[in-house]
Amino acid sequence: MTPRRRPGERLVRSYVVTDGRSHPSRNTLDLVTLLIAADDLPLTGLSPEKRGLMELCRPGALSVAEVAGHLELPVSVTKVLIADLIDSGHIVTRAPIPSARPSDTRILQEVLDGLRARL
Amino acid sequence: MGSAPASDDVRPRSGGMHLPPTVQTAVKLLIVGHFAVGKTTFVGALSEIRPLRTEEVMTQAGALVDDLAGTRDKTTTTVALDFGRLTLNDALVLYLFGTPGQQRFTELWQDMTRGALGALVLADTRRLDQSFEVMGVLEELGLPYAVALNEFDDAPEHGLDEVREALDLLPSTPLVRCDARDRVSSTEALIALVEYLLTRTGELEHA
Ligand SMILES: Nc1nc2c(ncn2[C@@H]2O[C@H](COP(=O)(O)OP(=O)(O)OP(=O)(O)O)[C@@H](O)[C@H]2O)c(=O)[nH]1
Ligand SMILES: [Mg+2]
Repeated sequence: MTPRRRPGERLVRSYVVTDGRSHPSRNTLDLVTLLIAADDLPLTGLSPEKRGLMELCRPGALSVAEVAGHLELPVSVTKVLIADLIDSGHIVTRAPIPSARPSDTRILQEVLDGLRARL
Repeated sequence: MGSAPASDDVRPRSGGMHLPPTVQTAVKLLIVGHFAVGKTTFVGALSEIRPLRTEEVMTQAGALVDDLAGTRDKTTTTVALDFGRLTLNDALVLYLFGTPGQQRFTELWQDMTRGALGALVLADTRRLDQSFEVMGVLEELGLPYAVALNEFDDAPEHGLDEVREALDLLPSTPLVRCDARDRVSSTEALIALVEYLLTRTGELEHA
């Protein structure tokens, strides 16, 4: 059994995994940007956290928020890791437009139909 | 209502945590409201995955912190974000984010609301006055919303007209009752929100 981490330790880890940097490209990532792991790139040379992130994403797409939740890292820290992995070609995002425009009638109609189908 | 067959077949076939490979688009709705109003319960009732929780570290000034230089500081605070997922069809997934609506966490709000379709404000008739702050934030951000009264067992009965007046809602803002513990009731509240968003968009397009 691994003992539960104390909250402070997670923050220390956050600092280490991002080298204390704030990444300029994190602002292009949305909470619901979908992430796909490239399966043809070796994971050698990646930090344990980035390797963990890659292994989490390899079986199928997940959103930025889900990755943060599973890795138990703050979203802002997770985005720094993801941005690096995008730069190195390990992660690609599902669509050039990460989220629908709020005024998109077609998307809203699809959401409505999908919800009604659940009743 | 009521005659639709129970079609749970739109859920991921694997039943697993990853999305089906056909999903192309992700959209989000926010579930907001004051302390203990039922946000976590609502997200949990609807999510197809075990609801996840993450946190953001914020400075007192409301800025996101993404390194320990800030997080070690005594003046930071964490804001919890619960979320759940509903795969709506082969190509579309909806995420629900539940979060308290404190005014001061501006940067978190901006991050969450960017690209969001709209918000559902959960309200409690015993503490209606506590809903004003979150409605104010949404209005400032220009995010359209509907209000759902999460009815607690010991809450006094109020007519919707009375509540609408107390909350000072616009005539067009939907106000519905819901039970955040119930999947169908919570789905119906989301449907009321999305119907409103659709009407609104239609009006904007034809304006
Ligand atoms: N009777 C009744 N109880 C409810 C309902 N919704 C939530 N509760 C209960 O109210 C309490 C608070 O609900 P939560 O879902 O944790 O509320 P929250 O908004 O996430 O709370 P915070 O995250 O602390 O702000 C829990 O004990 C729920 O079980 C409801 O519709 N009826
Ligand atoms: Mg909660």
